[in-house]
Amino acid sequence: MAAYVLRRLVYGVGVVMGVLFLLFVLFFTVTEPEDIARKALGDKAPPEAIEQWKVNHGYDRPLWPWQDWDDNLLFEHYRKMLTFDFGLSDADDSPIIDRIAEGMGPSLSLTVPLLVLGLMAAIPLSLLVAFFRETYIDRMGVLVCVFAMSVSTLLYIIGAQFLIGKLLRWYPISGFDVDPMLLPRFLALPIIVGLLSGIGSDVRFYRTVFLEESSRDFVRTARSKGASEVRIMARHVLRNALIPILTHVVLAIPFLFTGSILLEAFFGIPGLGSITVDAIQSNDFSTLRTMVYIGSLLFILGQVLTDLSYGLVDPRVRFDS
Amino acid sequence: MSALLEVRDLRTTFPSSKRSAGPDDGLPVVDRVSFDLSSGEVLALVGESGSGKSMTALSILRLVPKPGRVVAGEVRLGGENLLDYPVTEMRRVRGTRISMIFQEPMTSLNPVVTAGAQVIEAIQLHDSIGYADARARTRELFVEVGIPDPDARLDAYPHQLSGGLKQRVMIAMALSTRPEILIADEPTTALDVTIQAQILALLRDLQRTRNTAILLITHDLGIVNELADRVAVMYAGRIVEVAERTQLLSNPLHPYTQGLLRSIPARSAAGDRLPEIPGTVPPPSQWPSGCRFSTRCPARFEPCADVMPEELRPAGGRRVWCHDVARNTNPQTDEHGEEEA
Amino acid sequence: MNVEPYIASNVVTLVLLVGVGFLVAFVRRNRLWREAARTLWSRRKVAILTVGLYLAIGVLDSFAWKGGVPEDVVDVLPNAPLTLVDRLFLGTREASYSAPLAEIEFYGGQPLRHPGTHLLGTDILGRDVLYLSLKGARVALLIGGLTSLIAIPLALLFGVGAGYFGGRFDDFVFFLISTLASMPGLLLLITLIMVMGRGTLSVCVALGVTSWVGFCRLSRAETLKLRELEYVSAARALGVSEPAIVLRHILPNLAHLIVITFVLMFSGLVLSEAVLSWLGIGVDGSWGQMIDGARDELSREPIIWWNIGAAGTALFGLILAVNTVGDAIRDVLDPRTLRDSP
Repeated sequence: MAAYVLRRLVYGVGVVMGVLFLLFVLFFTVTEPEDIARKALGDKAPPEAIEQWKVNHGYDRPLWPWQDWDDNLLFEHYRKMLTFDFGLSDADDSPIIDRIAEGMGPSLSLTVPLLVLGLMAAIPLSLLVAFFRETYIDRMGVLVCVFAMSVSTLLYIIGAQFLIGKLLRWYPISGFDVDPMLLPRFLALPIIVGLLSGIGSDVRFYRTVFLEESSRDFVRTARSKGASEVRIMARHVLRNALIPILTHVVLAIPFLFTGSILLEAFFGIPGLGSITVDAIQSNDFSTLRTMVYIGSLLFILGQVLTDLSYGLVDPRVRFDS
Repeated sequence: MSALLEVRDLRTTFPSSKRSAGPDDGLPVVDRVSFDLSSGEVLALVGESGSGKSMTALSILRLVPKPGRVVAGEVRLGGENLLDYPVTEMRRVRGTRISMIFQEPMTSLNPVVTAGAQVIEAIQLHDSIGYADARARTRELFVEVGIPDPDARLDAYPHQLSGGLKQRVMIAMALSTRPEILIADEPTTALDVTIQAQILALLRDLQRTRNTAILLITHDLGIVNELADRVAVMYAGRIVEVAERTQLLSNPLHPYTQGLLRSIPARSAAGDRLPEIPGTVPPPSQWPSGCRFSTRCPARFEPCADVMPEELRPAGGRRVWCHDVARNTNPQTDEHGEEEA
Repeated sequence: MNVEPYIASNVVTLVLLVGVGFLVAFVRRNRLWREAARTLWSRRKVAILTVGLYLAIGVLDSFAWKGGVPEDVVDVLPNAPLTLVDRLFLGTREASYSAPLAEIEFYGGQPLRHPGTHLLGTDILGRDVLYLSLKGARVALLIGGLTSLIAIPLALLFGVGAGYFGGRFDDFVFFLISTLASMPGLLLLITLIMVMGRGTLSVCVALGVTSWVGFCRLSRAETLKLRELEYVSAARALGVSEPAIVLRHILPNLAHLIVITFVLMFSGLVLSEAVLSWLGIGVDGSWGQMIDGARDELSREPIIWWNIGAAGTALFGLILAVNTVGDAIRDVLDPRTLRDSP
């Protein structure tokens, strides 16, 4: 199994290279540094200012290695990204890495409780629905899920802000505070909204997994031994279902860091998602570039973690026969 | 004296797509099946794929998968009808009085639980003994079913075991609670031929030492010859003939049984054309209202396609359902006019 | 040749309708598909009718022609190409907000030019909200439908090609898929639009690029499986040419996946566009844009709810209907139900 993980890691590195190349193409050739400079300085800026800006931000050198092997933007792009030297924001010249460091905490404070609570809600619900398969509980459950899934997250956010924030005034509509005593109040609404918008598709997915495992032969064997339906669900089905569920969860871990763009922006949480939105609105390409890179890195990391977790959970992988 | 297991007019249906689900609508994959199983005997239930033999077995234990349902009949175990039992009672029967082993050992064992743990579960479901005792008992069982290096195998996962070993684990699991009846659904079909012989020998030994009755589901007449005391032949959901093994193999009455035996390669000379039963098994939607074999039967005559044959009881405890046998046989004696080719 | 956009749009719509016609004819002739369609209809009449309604509105809004503008109408240029939907609501503009079926303006209480006619009220620019909602249907169909129509064949081309022919092409495609799939969807989407410039075409292209990957992976995996099936080997042994094998043996077996993917991709795309609109980089005229523009209206005193209500309901209605039909299609087209009969 060690060999397999090693191979996945190496392939992952290859993919990172591919991602960086794609980013380079997108950010340096499809968008001209000229345009970025203009957007930062304004259309009326004189040509000298634009040139100076380009020099300051390192855009003035040749793009491709065949133009100049020792000094080209492609190699530099790779070098910097791989060493996490992210440089300055195109919008306000602040060091990107500082902003990222600041943003991680708030993002995590939102996404980690969201993930945990989401699991705690979705798995029992889907177990319940799968247990009562083909009865009206199941049908109702699926119907509710499809309904919940069909509502745009935007509407959940606006609806929740309006209903709970304005009408009922239970929680503040937006804002953030580092004080751990005050923080939960600000996180309450975004977490509620995040749960609501995600639970529909989560429960449907888990339900499918449980139903599939329930129809396997070994369930029939267990039943023929005289095991009760509850026991079958809890001991046999759940254990086997954990494998795909775990994959699902581990894949989501990287996104704990990148934060939820919508939730953070709507609810004023100063995390990485907010940073991304700001970058969009201020045409801050270097920050956007960095955020995509980090997101990809974490995603690839998540996939490797998933492969590793298989080894822990599935004895078929652990013990190579 | 009544038999250990008496199945009477068992009927299991699956809904057909065209109708809505009324209790009498649907296709009877098990149609008025009746047979007895005595204590300590091996009854083979023989038929082609789709004849309903597996469904019969599942119906006895009430494990028929949805949307199928057992809709009529009786399954009497020690006098009481299992079909009337509430589910909680039924669970107590499963695994203790009647156990079942299945065809595919690969998928019939839980892949994430060790072999030992699965047998221990079977024990602890019905006996309130501690883990250590259950584990010891499991180890003894492993020895009894011929699993080498039993201590290591207790903690092995199913994928680490060969097909034959997995089937032995299944057998150990099924016999752990000393059931009176073992239902074996094609226990060797998925195994290599050499392993088949071993498993069959194991079943024979266990059956003798423990005096367990076995309902053996199979399509292989060779296995029938090895293991069975009596044989019931099924076709398209109905039983067509029941007889003691040697009688059936040497003197089959029903044309279908005759056809089956004729088509065994060993019975033909090399170079001859292998006899076959012409045609194929009709799908449930095309069953004739009379005898279901009539579409392919060489002895077919007028009543066959329209009238379902009644049960005949020729001498020797045999039973057969066939119009042709009826017209040729004097039910009082065991002579009949058919010559076996 | 310089073609005016509205003529191009008319032609494309016509071509699409003809395509749909062929599809319907095919389904009617093929027994399996006909039965599947019939089963689907019997199970989900309401949802199918709802989707049909949206489709009808979208099609009605897709044919534009010039001329025929009455003299007294001032909000449009006399020579602008207008669709049927446009013409129904011609000249109904007010000054600003008004509540549904109101007689007076929302702020200020001045009498409306067309009192009591605005079923869903008017927005900040005085436009009839029902009109805007109806226009949004075409945009949604464009985003969901057209993009899928481009993404799916693309995914098939690469996926089936990679799965069937293997070798270097497969390596390349697999690497491409892995790379694209490693980039968080929304971020990649945003990046593409920022980089290509805003506008309908950019958004559709970006949506297409980010959504073809999933189906490409799926069709590649399925092709790998199908390629090993015995009847494919048999066909090859009989001397059937490779393209013919792909066309006649592989693709038909992917048909059910194509249908399911199309329907489910549709709702995902429309919802994604809503998010993009909120970020300011969506498509003009979409419901998402309406919702985004109406965000602050709920916090006013008294609240203005009809704008967001109409757009939200229209969006929800379409997505719910499509999801419901999609689920039912998935159940009906499950190969297990297609092949067995009880």
